[in-house]
Amino acid sequence: MTRSLNRVMTWGVRPPWLQVARRIVRNPPALFGLVVVIGVVLVALLAPVLAPYPYDKQNLDAAAQPPSAAHWLGTDALGRDMFSRIIWGARSAVFVIVMVTLVGLALGVPLGAAAGYWGGWVDTLVMRLADVLFAFPGLLFVFFVAATIKPGIEAWARAMGWRDLAQSGYLSYGVVILSLGIVGWAGLARLVRAQVLTVKEREFVIAAHALGVPTGRVITRHILPNALAPIIIALSMGMGDIALSEGYLSFMGIGLQPPAPSWGNILAESAGRYWRAFPQMVWLVWIPGAILAAVVFAFNFLGDGLNEALNPEI
Amino acid sequence: MGTFILRRLLWLPVLLFFVSVITFALGLYGPGDPVQVMLGLHANPETVARIRQEYGLDEPFYVQYVNYVKNVLQGNFGYSLVRYRDQPVGRLIAEHLPVTVQLNLCAIVVGILIGVPLGLIAGLYRDRWIDLAVRAVVIASISLPIILLNPVLSFIFFREHIVFVPLLDRLVSIGPLLPQVAGRWEGVLSPKAILPVLIEATGVIAILTRQMRAGMIEVLSEDYIRTARAKGLRERVVIVRHAMRNALIPIVTLVGLMLGGLVAGSFLVESWFDVPGVGRIAYEALFARDYYVIMALTLLIALAYVLANLLVDLMYGFLDPRIRTMG
Repeated sequence: MTRSLNRVMTWGVRPPWLQVARRIVRNPPALFGLVVVIGVVLVALLAPVLAPYPYDKQNLDAAAQPPSAAHWLGTDALGRDMFSRIIWGARSAVFVIVMVTLVGLALGVPLGAAAGYWGGWVDTLVMRLADVLFAFPGLLFVFFVAATIKPGIEAWARAMGWRDLAQSGYLSYGVVILSLGIVGWAGLARLVRAQVLTVKEREFVIAAHALGVPTGRVITRHILPNALAPIIIALSMGMGDIALSEGYLSFMGIGLQPPAPSWGNILAESAGRYWRAFPQMVWLVWIPGAILAAVVFAFNFLGDGLNEALNPEI
Repeated sequence: MGTFILRRLLWLPVLLFFVSVITFALGLYGPGDPVQVMLGLHANPETVARIRQEYGLDEPFYVQYVNYVKNVLQGNFGYSLVRYRDQPVGRLIAEHLPVTVQLNLCAIVVGILIGVPLGLIAGLYRDRWIDLAVRAVVIASISLPIILLNPVLSFIFFREHIVFVPLLDRLVSIGPLLPQVAGRWEGVLSPKAILPVLIEATGVIAILTRQMRAGMIEVLSEDYIRTARAKGLRERVVIVRHAMRNALIPIVTLVGLMLGGLVAGSFLVESWFDVPGVGRIAYEALFARDYYVIMALTLLIALAYVLANLLVDLMYGFLDPRIRTMG
């Protein structure tokens, strides 16, 4: 009954997500961002189909080759197909972005919401913890954490009897995700707290309390959905930062380790000794760099577009 | 306001305590043993054990931590173990910090000079092409990975050929610029500082432009702006005297917060442009596991961050009289 009444009352009014979508589509940079993000996700999902070779298949007979019909972007010093590595790099990037965002959400949203809702000592505890994390020097701290937890994670894998895994370089995904996640949740927690503070005194929240809705349900069903817009914007911009940080970490050799494909470590390999030895293969620097830049642009443009679309009054 | 400041001041040592414990633990339980680094990988295990005992490194964590704090309170930050072997960390930082501070100050000044006018224009002409252009350029400039700049810049500046087309190459060759950007650091007032300052300024420009734009848009919709226009003030006066001034308040806050970052060198920029600042030292120390250096720098940055926050909270009171009456 109420449902059909609802439908009648909103008849002719576009649903809010459609309005947001329209504003995004009419904003060229945001549209560019959306297209690139969807494209990268598709490439990441379809990597096994799109890549002509496995990303870690070495072919020493065809090492360090210029582009050819067989290898569109040439091969690296171990004869790995660069085109395939760059395609698989999208999967690494998307995987890291999604996982770090999930870690950030899992820590930041409950802690921030609890701090904002209950206030008092919960608030003090969470916000002071965030303060401590903020006082550390940004990316350098992430590097420090990554360099510190890496041997620990490897030792743990060995202790579990996963010797091959410990040596393979794939554990580096865990290192990157953990260090970025641990450091990154504080910003989200602050944002969620501020949002909850502004929403929790609104009439509909008081009404929900008065109707006897349990506190947990009030937070998840009434407060958080109304605090969503800034969180979505921050997440979108944060995803660009995560991609960039993963690139930096991998570039510095603390992030994803070869053979795991990452635009950062491809860039590092190409810009380092390898590039000096084969200066004509400069595209191995430009292409992963340009793709990384485009992905970061895309997330930032999208975040900016979402900001305009979700806050039309500002 | 008084109790608020008092609370803030009391919180400061607590925060520094947590920061130092975390950093100390990361350094101690991280990979690489400073003694091993000092003596080399093939050192005699007995020697290693003896030196560990000498330096008190075999003590439990809290004893080592308390010793460290005692030393720090006496102004002794320990010694560099690796690259700058046996130099006191305090002196090392005192030598390199001025360079970073100068570089960052220049970056902030450049950032203000570019960012504020850009944001002002974008806010005034909201949703027109110039606003879209400013936003796009700003986002693009912060998104550009700094790791890409290194190969790109070295490609541009350190190669004889740029386009590999003989005649065109001569036209666009930047050979004459080469000595201006490469080689040893000569201080922030030399042309060599242009690129690092500009790169470090991009972040400042982005933040200030965004804030200034949002601030202008918000202020321009206020009632007193309508009043000012209604009483027939010229548009220029309305914008400069009524709108801009109020939109600048958050800018002052942001710049204040940036002052906290003055002591944190951008390690990527500093290591690539051969800037002898603390960022480069931190970077080297991190990879060499030279952890007294990392400890001291982290504490310094944390302290600066907290002090800047405090400063900003105090400034609010001066800038916005409405806050002064509270608390």
